[in-house]
Amino acid sequence: MTATLTPVKKRSALTKGQLPKAAPYIVLALALILGAAILALIGFNAFGWGIVSAMLFTVGLVGWSAAVEGSRRAKDKLATCLVVGAFLISLLPLVSVIWTVLVKGLPGLLDPGFLGTSMNGVTGAFDNKSVENGAPVVGGIYHALIGTVQITLLATVISVPVGLLTSIYLVEYGDDRPLARAITFFVDVMTGIPSIVAGLFAAAFFFAVAGPGTKTGAVAAVALSVLMIPVVVRSSEEMLKIVPNELREAAYALGVRKWRTILKVVIPTAISGIASGVTLAIARVIGETAPILVTAGFATSINNNVFGGWMASLPTFIYTQILNPTSPSNPGPSDQRAWGAALVLIILVMLLNLAARLVARIFAPKAGR
Amino acid sequence: MTTTSLTTSRGAGRAGDKVFSAATLAAGCLILAVLFGVALFLVIQAVPALVAPPDKIQGGAGFFAYIWPIVIGTLIAAVIALVIATPVAIGVALFISHFAPRRLASGLGYVIDLLAAIPSVVYGAWGAAFLAREISPAYGWLASNLGWLPIFQGPASATGKTILTAGIVLAVMVLPIITSLSREIFLQTPKLHEEAALALGATRWEMIRMAVLPFGRPGIISAIMLGLGRALGETMAVALVLSSGALTASLIQSGNQTIAAEIALNFPEASGLKVSTLIAAGLVLFIITLGVNMLARWIITRHKEFSGAN
Amino acid sequence: MSKRIDVKDLNVYYSKFLAVEDVNINIDAKSVTAFIGPSGCGKSTFLRTLNRMHEVIPGARVEGEVLLDGDNLYGPGVDPVTVRSQIGMVFQRPNPFPTMSIRDNVLAGVKLNNKKISKGDADALVERSLRGANLWNEVKDRLAKPGSGLSGGQQQRLCIARAIAVEPQVILMDEPCSALDPISTLAIEDLINELKDEYTVVIVTHNMQQAARVSDKTAFFNIAGTGKPGKLIEYGDTHTIFSNPTVKATEDYVSGRFG
Repeated sequence: MTATLTPVKKRSALTKGQLPKAAPYIVLALALILGAAILALIGFNAFGWGIVSAMLFTVGLVGWSAAVEGSRRAKDKLATCLVVGAFLISLLPLVSVIWTVLVKGLPGLLDPGFLGTSMNGVTGAFDNKSVENGAPVVGGIYHALIGTVQITLLATVISVPVGLLTSIYLVEYGDDRPLARAITFFVDVMTGIPSIVAGLFAAAFFFAVAGPGTKTGAVAAVALSVLMIPVVVRSSEEMLKIVPNELREAAYALGVRKWRTILKVVIPTAISGIASGVTLAIARVIGETAPILVTAGFATSINNNVFGGWMASLPTFIYTQILNPTSPSNPGPSDQRAWGAALVLIILVMLLNLAARLVARIFAPKAGR
Repeated sequence: MTTTSLTTSRGAGRAGDKVFSAATLAAGCLILAVLFGVALFLVIQAVPALVAPPDKIQGGAGFFAYIWPIVIGTLIAAVIALVIATPVAIGVALFISHFAPRRLASGLGYVIDLLAAIPSVVYGAWGAAFLAREISPAYGWLASNLGWLPIFQGPASATGKTILTAGIVLAVMVLPIITSLSREIFLQTPKLHEEAALALGATRWEMIRMAVLPFGRPGIISAIMLGLGRALGETMAVALVLSSGALTASLIQSGNQTIAAEIALNFPEASGLKVSTLIAAGLVLFIITLGVNMLARWIITRHKEFSGAN
Repeated sequence: MSKRIDVKDLNVYYSKFLAVEDVNINIDAKSVTAFIGPSGCGKSTFLRTLNRMHEVIPGARVEGEVLLDGDNLYGPGVDPVTVRSQIGMVFQRPNPFPTMSIRDNVLAGVKLNNKKISKGDADALVERSLRGANLWNEVKDRLAKPGSGLSGGQQQRLCIARAIAVEPQVILMDEPCSALDPISTLAIEDLINELKDEYTVVIVTHNMQQAARVSDKTAFFNIAGTGKPGKLIEYGDTHTIFSNPTVKATEDYVSGRFG
């Protein structure tokens, strides 16, 4: 140790006039304490505590910074607080929705027979009994699950060939022709069609073709296809575009025809992205309510024929159970069934989203040695 | 034509090329036909309501008197949603693109995308069962303290099932749309511009104001327009949350209605002229959203041509 | 199995723009012909017209005749697919099919055309083609692995094996070594020397030493200025072109005064 050591206390010229590193933590602690005190005066709740503390933290940190560091730094701190705050606020509904669905949906889901029975023959009398005497809640979503699976499957069967072929036309044959540009433009327009309008279109089309009042699962599938096709076109188009042109040329130079090149070289190379795009499109339409509401009617019993008769689906089941409870005087059991169905629906959608990511990884061309 | 070693090609392969390209062309044309069909069939089924004598339409004063309050209601709900969602969405997009640690950013983006994955009927149920109940005390406070403003005129709804609640639920639903589009644009800001600002000694916020926001403005505007399109056409959130009624200025009383919710609530039991009326209402909604979306796309394409950044 | 190519009065256009003007050239069977010239002089464009690969580019078209042993590639009723199965091509960057194994890459020309082939024949074809491309010893133990796992030079030889597996008359090479390191380049050049025993080889190269090393005849292309069409300036024995050219521009180019 020599005597010429720089004094430890001296701050670098580059950090002069700055808040100490611990400043945010100090302000946060103070804000939390002060917030709790204020909330204690007007009645404590966690949500209010968070909001008040966040405001106090912002005011405190920005004020301190303005006093020590000047207005430019203070503005920067204010912006940071607001941006982080915006992100935290956006998480609130996500957490709240998932929490609500879990808490309210689990009793319904755990009810024996919930997944395996339909609402056939379940009347308000049963619900009244379960509320008054504590009898188990009867009825389930089997018919709605069947309906959702069938309608979505049919919609997929319609949408994927049309969507995929269209994207092939746009990428491989379009050559920026007016027709190709028109299709691109109208596909964009189609992504913006409100789902209820898609439903009305399918209804109006089948009313005109098959007679007024025609409501079947197939009509709903057509409505969902109108919503699904543009999503499939867009995602497949993106995926086909990133297939290197060199691969097409390599195939052409081997004397392979264009359609074989597309089917055997281009599509296999892009298949992971296409499959994951299709899965995401399914996830998007499986939760659609409005189009099914106006096209498939309501059913309480199992209908295995997608081309004839009214058909239930998970979203419309949730909707009707909430809006028109089976027993208007005791909506509790209907509520329980609705939230149980909502939980099932969310699990389905999340699984599909997860599957899309897995599919993208599994089918991706392997590069390893 | 002379036969050479080059003209002996297998006919089957050639036919395959023609069939395949024709199939892709047909699929593309089918899409155009569907969109044309949407417009055509909506018009055909809507005509009876448009030409019917006024006293036959619901309300007894003709289609126009029936449609304009719910058009206004639709606009009110959509505007509320955008006023709430836009600042938050831009904040979130900035957070993910410029504030969050690099390693976390994509994960956080995925979390926000989860918001878009939740089905609309679940949002509706959540709004009706949770949000409306929790928020109604705030409406009481607004009515007693800000009641002199027409939009907060009391008495506040005790159930909280008002157009403001519906607007908040819509805001949650359009948030991920505006966020993801704005995020894309912010990430495309030329690094050169950002570094130039930072090299001048700008703070992060000053850099964002100098480089990121001016560059992203057209993108933000079109993102908002697309969000507007979604908010205008969203059905379930409003149908389940709003206790509908006549057009009123107050946002915290029950009342008002949107086109989409009006159709969803009435179509299943409708018959005859009522069906035509609702389909005509759907046509009006279609035209409004079409206009909004085309405007948004136009802004995007114009922006693409202008940005010399890439 | 190799054929000669005779080009008569060939013009190549991109839409209205004349890219290559009035080329006449006779390429002998079982020889290596090199095209040299500065960037943008149209040598790659011209190479592509020899198996109608230019038609992949929107707006590209030709006037004139290209005769493969007397048969016009652009005659009525000629299918570009047939042309390409007789005149193969190897590209600037190695482009094995990423979804296929090494074996499937070699068999791609057969399998993609849905031709039936027995397993024994397929094995023989794979070995013959990979041996022909000097790659067999390096990959014979991992034929089922993806082709994209090979090194750049190996990938390029895999692409050559893929091209010779369809048994073409002519092989066109568009700067096949420009993306490779010197050792891989040497391997490809050795291979080209062997290929000319069986095939007619046409190679475009930026590298004049390479042209001098591998080719029997050399064609020099040049361009008068931007916006002007490329032209064939001089064509002759490689030795003559490099040591005693008749045209001044050729001499300037091969002696490194421009380009």
